[in-house]
Amino acid sequence: MLLSVENLYAGYGNVEAIHGITFHVNKGEIVTLIGANGAGKSTTLKAIMRLQPPEAPRLIKGDIKLNGNSIVDVKPHMVVNRLRMALVPEGRHIFGNLSVMENLVIATWNRRKDPHVHRDMGRIFELFPRLAERRTQRADTLSGGEQQMLAVGRALMTNCEILLLDEPSMGLAPLLMHEMFRTLSELNKQGLTIVVVEQNAHLALKTAHRGYVLDTGQVVAEGPSEKLATDPEVRKAYLGG
Amino acid sequence: METLFQNVVNALQWGSFYALIALGYTLVYGVLQLINFAHGDIFMVGAYIAFFVASFFLGDAVPFDLSRTAVLALTIPLTMILTSCVGVLLERIAYKPLRRKGAHRLYVVITALMCGLILENGNLALLGASRRSLPELIDKTVYTLGGIAVTNLKLWVIFTAVLVFVILQFVVMRTKIGMAMRAVSWDKFALPLMGIPLDTVILFTFILGSGIAGLGGMLFAMSYPVLDPYMGAMVGWKAFIAAVVGGIGDIRGAFIGGFLLAFIEIMVAAFLPSTFRDLFAFTILLAILWWRPTGLFGVPHTTKI
Repeated sequence: MLLSVENLYAGYGNVEAIHGITFHVNKGEIVTLIGANGAGKSTTLKAIMRLQPPEAPRLIKGDIKLNGNSIVDVKPHMVVNRLRMALVPEGRHIFGNLSVMENLVIATWNRRKDPHVHRDMGRIFELFPRLAERRTQRADTLSGGEQQMLAVGRALMTNCEILLLDEPSMGLAPLLMHEMFRTLSELNKQGLTIVVVEQNAHLALKTAHRGYVLDTGQVVAEGPSEKLATDPEVRKAYLGG
Repeated sequence: METLFQNVVNALQWGSFYALIALGYTLVYGVLQLINFAHGDIFMVGAYIAFFVASFFLGDAVPFDLSRTAVLALTIPLTMILTSCVGVLLERIAYKPLRRKGAHRLYVVITALMCGLILENGNLALLGASRRSLPELIDKTVYTLGGIAVTNLKLWVIFTAVLVFVILQFVVMRTKIGMAMRAVSWDKFALPLMGIPLDTVILFTFILGSGIAGLGGMLFAMSYPVLDPYMGAMVGWKAFIAAVVGGIGDIRGAFIGGFLLAFIEIMVAAFLPSTFRDLFAFTILLAILWWRPTGLFGVPHTTKI
């Protein structure tokens, strides 16, 4: 078990947003968290990354373990550097005033002595040729889809073993949406463990191995993707019948 | 014609002081969106630190005689380092706890104002109202060129300001920490996700800004060797305005803004009664902001959803 979240309670200020979420991710899996808006999916990912308030939730109770060790007291930049977990945040959060290239370079902050940085950069450009074309452009001149590619590429440049993605399809045209999930499958085949939060449950369940359904801050269903996709309850509530 | 050039030289010197302070304002604003109103007083603290450091090395506490050039060479880095420490202390004691608690920016700005007053009045309480003067560290030489008199000190001040600007521009545009500083100014949330500790970037920013203000304070004290606790207040305000007119958050803006303000001030004073100076200077600056509310180099921040 690579990542395990045990009975997690977290919230903003005095408002509890998630109430005892438990799930786990095995090495090499794609796991998806699906559910309606406000179900606590984003909150869960931010809490796992150990991002701090005010932008991120405060952890109230529960434990988060990576490779069996609790990471509750680890600072977010150390989660990235030492534990090699990365997050593509909701809304992309790319650095619009930096060039595309700089957005990728900045993610290599902790890889000063790593000889593979250059090779990894090449892989990102292979994966997203559009970024290579626009490498000297300011990132805020990119289209929404390109910005999403950059957000994913940037997270990969941290040399992560496990990648969390928060709504990677948001704001993308259907074609790009499918392309993004194909890319995630591809990355997974190369050995990357992926946790993806998604509102488009159809697409997410088609790509993921297993899924968890969240509702108002709790896990209400879980299982292999095919099983969830055919579960009448899940279909009715989250897949539009 | 000669008076005009004389004025240009003076404007360049004053512009250098404004620019050195404005750079610190703009750096901190760029990274934290915080108007560090204590920054003018950091400049004052820098001047006093230079005074104490220089006096120490020239005094009897040092068992061997140092040449004044050696004292100058020691005073510059020590002043910058010690002033940086004061800036960092301010950030750690006053701003960081508020930031941790997610306080609204308004409260942090008020805190900065209070910190400035504490520095001024702390100085007054500790050292008294007696004015001190920095010992002369370089021999004044006056160069005359076609009727224009320029002291070597003036040239050094201008040279230093330009050098600081060039180095800073290099750090911000070409180094990884500079890249991180620019990144924070756009999106604070995503920085830790890149494996970068936000506090390190903020610390570095305060070290840079305060160190440069310290250097400015020292040069100011060398040029006008009378120190008093309120010397940073007015210069600090003006430098802040210069940074805003240049486009706060932009290094080129702070640098150009500093010189622009000095030129306007000195040219107004040259042709009109000197009591008109600030009135006209600030009216012109107001007009510039009216024309470009984000300042000369500022751009409004937009994000795509």
